[in-house]
Amino acid sequence: MGTTNLGSDRNDAVLLKKGAEANLYLREWYGRRVVVKKRISKKYRLSELDKQIRTYRTIHEPQLIHRAKKAGVPTPTIFLVDVGNAEIYMEYVEGKQLKKVLNSMPVETRWEICGCIGELVGKLHRDNIIHGDLTTSNMILTPEGRIVLVDFGLGEFSHELEARGVDLHLLKRAFESVHFEFAEECFRRVMDKYAQIVGFEEAEKVLEKVREIEKRGRYVSERRKID
Amino acid sequence: MRHENVKNYCLGIESTADDFSVGIATFEGEILANVISAYVPEAGGIHPREAAQHHSQVAEKVVAEAFEKAEISPKQIGVIAFSQGPGLGPCLRTGATVARAIATYLNVPLVGVNHCVAHIEIGKLATQARDPVTLYVSGGNTIVSAFDAGRYRVFGETLDIAVGNCLDVFAREAGYRQKEGMPFGAIIEKLADKGRRYIPLPYSVKGMDMSFSGLLTAALKLLRQGKHRIEDLCYSLQETVFSMLTEVTERALAHTEKPEVLLTGGVAANKRLQSMLQSIAEEHGARFCVVPKQYALDNGAMIAWTGVLAYKHGLTVPVEKSFVRLKWRLEEVEVPWVQQT
Repeated sequence: MGTTNLGSDRNDAVLLKKGAEANLYLREWYGRRVVVKKRISKKYRLSELDKQIRTYRTIHEPQLIHRAKKAGVPTPTIFLVDVGNAEIYMEYVEGKQLKKVLNSMPVETRWEICGCIGELVGKLHRDNIIHGDLTTSNMILTPEGRIVLVDFGLGEFSHELEARGVDLHLLKRAFESVHFEFAEECFRRVMDKYAQIVGFEEAEKVLEKVREIEKRGRYVSERRKID
Repeated sequence: MRHENVKNYCLGIESTADDFSVGIATFEGEILANVISAYVPEAGGIHPREAAQHHSQVAEKVVAEAFEKAEISPKQIGVIAFSQGPGLGPCLRTGATVARAIATYLNVPLVGVNHCVAHIEIGKLATQARDPVTLYVSGGNTIVSAFDAGRYRVFGETLDIAVGNCLDVFAREAGYRQKEGMPFGAIIEKLADKGRRYIPLPYSVKGMDMSFSGLLTAALKLLRQGKHRIEDLCYSLQETVFSMLTEVTERALAHTEKPEVLLTGGVAANKRLQSMLQSIAEEHGARFCVVPKQYALDNGAMIAWTGVLAYKHGLTVPVEKSFVRLKWRLEEVEVPWVQQT
């Protein structure tokens, strides 16, 4: 017997998704359908660094998910955090990854959904929560049409404008790489709703930051003028 | 002399930064010559004007040597390609001037090549990769990209400095000097091999993007404290930045489910980075491909080969419109020669 496994009652886990940093398993757990997110040890990383990254993210992700819920953002319910095994037990959210359906849905629905995204991100940022990986892969569209945000593994608590800017910059980039045909309108819609939540002045500041971050990027044709 | 009367060779000129290089490729993708002349600064980093002066001084010699190596005559050249950007203005302009002069003299078409696309294409040519997730790492670029709908999309990149720049500055501040054939990256790699103790450094992955400037500042601070062995510092620096690169590449791989991972650019020569990427490729059932050493650094062969691909799709540029593009992003470039799979 190696490490104790708090979560195990039966070994009936089904691999749902083999992600880059974690595997998601679907299993029955004390009569409940749960997702177990297990951060796997990476052979390529030094063991010290590996342990440090996995432990940090296993502890912080549930904290962020919990706080997001308090902020009014739908996230999965956390049942158990097993730091030793780098495992998080959480609610299985029924639905589809937004990435897979956003391109093929009717214009009006996409409009609605993007507005919803803006609202949720606004609520997070209003409470100083940074998601850290805002892509449409990390948004689940439930059969009732709700958006549930998942994967806060790269998130942080921060009140800095920079962090909010990077967060939205990542979302914009995600639109541009996977949904490039509608990227512009999607992002504009997100920002409209975002502004309604955080306030127009605040939204304008963040948007200005997003532009600055873009210009900071390499080889952007328009540079900030030196005043 | 090969095939005396057939004009199916492309001459490529690379001059985005510190290297001036001329390559010659056949239209079938055989590299016949790849001559590189590096500008090594006396002190500090690349001074654009001095680098450009170096390029104009060696241009004639490098072009002549390329023809000698390829064993063809200038009359057999069917197209001239040059790196049109992104890069340092004075350096790019010097290369472009040479390219325009030769094209005009030989009366052959001119093709402007994107430097980042060229690094990907030469990697694909040399390793037979068909549709890879590419990690392109050098002194000026840090990009994770994959092909989708007509272009190489950028999935992740640095938010500030390039990873090669981060390593270079650290080595320079530590008092090392680069020599021809022994760039800073190689010096760090050698020192890191003797490192034993991992000293924690900021690990900064934001979604698919990375940041290296804070990490560099932290590493320099530790260096100046003088409490740590330089070998341990290099080891920790390498382990941290390469883990970040590998994590982001793995995310792109998981996201795109491409069948290959391609490592290209100057930093691709690093064995530790290679082994890390190899590991994630195996994990995801993808084939790991690494660009051969002679095509890892900036080189003319990659420009020549990409020039062939573009030329075959009619992407030539008239001399009067062939101005350089200092900030030409990878995802702005149409690559009609790549087929969607």
